[in-house]
Amino acid sequence: MAKMTMVQAINLALTQEMEKDDSVVVLGEDVGVDGGVFRVTDGLIGKFGPERVIDTPLAESGIAGISIGMAVYGLKPVCEMQFSGFDYLAFHQLESHAARLRWRSQGRFRVPMVMRAPYGGGVRALEHHSESREAYWAHTPGLKMVIPSSPRNARALLVSAIRDPDPVVFYEPKAVYRAFREEVPEAEETIPIGRSQLVREGRDVTLISYGATMHPVLEAASLLKERDGVEAEVVDLLTVSPLDDSLFTQSVKKTGRAVLVHEAPRSFGPGAEIVARLVEKSFLYLEAPIARVTGFDVIIPLYQREREYMPGTERILRAARETLSF
Amino acid sequence: MPRKEIELPYRVEHLSILNENGEVDKSLEPDIPESLLVKLYRAMVLSRKFDERMLILQRQGRIGTFAPIKGQEAQVGAVALLEPGDWLVPSFREMPAEVWRGKKLENVLLLYAGYNEGGRTPDDLNNLPVSIPVGTQTLHAVGLAYGIKYRKGKNVAMAFFGDGATSEGDFHEALNFASVFQVPAVFICQNNHWAISLPRARQSHSKTLAQKALAYDMPGLQVDGNDVLAVYAAAKEAVDRARAGGGPSFIESVTYRLSMHTTADDPKKYRREEEVEQWVRRDPIIRFEKYLLGRGLLSEESVAGIADEVQAEIKEAEERWTRMTEKPADPMEMFDHAYEELPPYLLEQKEQLRRELDAKQTEAN
Ligand SMILES: Cc1ncc(C[n+]2csc(CCOP(=O)(O)OP(=O)(O)O)c2C)c(N)n1
Repeated sequence: MAKMTMVQAINLALTQEMEKDDSVVVLGEDVGVDGGVFRVTDGLIGKFGPERVIDTPLAESGIAGISIGMAVYGLKPVCEMQFSGFDYLAFHQLESHAARLRWRSQGRFRVPMVMRAPYGGGVRALEHHSESREAYWAHTPGLKMVIPSSPRNARALLVSAIRDPDPVVFYEPKAVYRAFREEVPEAEETIPIGRSQLVREGRDVTLISYGATMHPVLEAASLLKERDGVEAEVVDLLTVSPLDDSLFTQSVKKTGRAVLVHEAPRSFGPGAEIVARLVEKSFLYLEAPIARVTGFDVIIPLYQREREYMPGTERILRAARETLSF
Repeated sequence: MPRKEIELPYRVEHLSILNENGEVDKSLEPDIPESLLVKLYRAMVLSRKFDERMLILQRQGRIGTFAPIKGQEAQVGAVALLEPGDWLVPSFREMPAEVWRGKKLENVLLLYAGYNEGGRTPDDLNNLPVSIPVGTQTLHAVGLAYGIKYRKGKNVAMAFFGDGATSEGDFHEALNFASVFQVPAVFICQNNHWAISLPRARQSHSKTLAQKALAYDMPGLQVDGNDVLAVYAAAKEAVDRARAGGGPSFIESVTYRLSMHTTADDPKKYRREEEVEQWVRRDPIIRFEKYLLGRGLLSEESVAGIADEVQAEIKEAEERWTRMTEKPADPMEMFDHAYEELPPYLLEQKEQLRRELDAKQTEAN
């Protein structure tokens, strides 16, 4: 098995799916000759040619809209939004058409497209390059919203997303892109969309997160063990929508305590939905109020202040301790 | 029932006044006061040197990602037409225009060093802050221009954007609205030949970008964007027309991005060095300098003098910026300006951050 960064692992998923299925096409701004501004699509144009790896004009609504047409026709477009901060220009196409064509046509047409975009803070970027706004997509019926947290699960989830018969929004945590390497098998591996994963077992408190914040969460879990002798159970959602609540509600029934973590703004964020599910399904088991560690409800500041904006290990630890000592 | 050509009022012209050797076409030479000519030259030199300095600061890790403007300095020829009450609506590659319009160099540095404070624009001038989403700001210029017309003002709104921006729907909506409403908007496309890795020809199959104006029934002119005299002359026509109630115009300024797209980009991946070299020979500053030397408005000494002056100005701005950043940025500022008045839940969040920071402070002591 080769050790890969998330960028390489996603590239592997694209390469293998394109080799397997000639209906898979990649399109977006700078995805071809340049190999993507993060090099995620590096080398694909050389292997598959400019008709399958399409450098498009600069137009997000256009990219999403033609992807819908391609998908209805029977191709499997994987389009890239250069940064999630610009996918709002494509929002209308996804909300009004990709998410609805199956419903509108009473099942006659399907839109098996994937929209990939790097998201999130932590890379000293300009404005519009650090937001975490997955809730917009997760709030849209008809779409699926997937966010991997590591190279290996990114590869496996992207393969599933490409094969999925419905439109999938696939957010890639750019803070994780090159942060570390992980063994990724050459042989095909998939993770079902809509299934969360238990990544650490424990009995005292349940930490729930996804994407980039999985890393401070796992660090907090280790520190809780080392310093407090606390066994934290950790759930990685992997798919934000459709939300798999079976694992985390089960876990909270065992631990009685929950902390959920995301860097998206708090109000109406994914955490609010998780709290609602916990209240609906494990209310009688709760020993303490559920804690949310999230971004603040402000526009994410430029990079001098983003560290304080984002939920880091310390904030997660503090919330877990408060929950434990309630 | 004929099938015949429809007569359209506009054709696309290309305007170039000053060539690479600093020679001018006398019949086209705009009437620009001598002091303004020297001021334009100085602004271009300042922009070039400041841009080069920023690249060094970025490589030293003192500022973050930014978009170099090297080669596109002649844009000051267009903003030179603006009066204080006029509106400047820039993208992210208009540092020279913004500085011409009163933006402090230290604020440029602050912004790229990740301080929100750097977004501040001069209090006495109507400049919108940088728009990073490509092309979307063109519509704001139309709205501003609508306001001007509605209030029967004599001002104009001037929007800048790149060739890539002309592919965005918002750009077409902006031109269409501006034309339907006949508002005093001036659209300036800085066609620098590349939108990151996509060459101009892959962005649009049109022969020129200027011709896109025809579809919206407004004058579209292509100018040599490395010729500050031509940029000035074209902008003057457009601004005068707008002020006189003649509606919007579109200018395609043909220039070149000599440097990388942003400091995170490697242009070697997609473009040939020879192409860049060709454009180095068309440097907007060198040709303007030759012209001014020829007219006796500059001398070898004053050229050197201006170079020293702008270096000193940059150094002073850098010192002010360094002083502004000596203390770490106060994180509490992130709650400022989100709303005019903070709603209760945000006051709570602000309080939460204050407690966390205090706790951290206590732990550290
Ligand atoms: C809406 C939007 N999409 C994508 C981007 C990412 N991006 C930044 S600049 C750029 C190319 C812009 O090209 P152009 O309009 O020609 O301006 P230039 O950078 O050449 O000055 C792209 C794709 C963005 N900032 N905004």
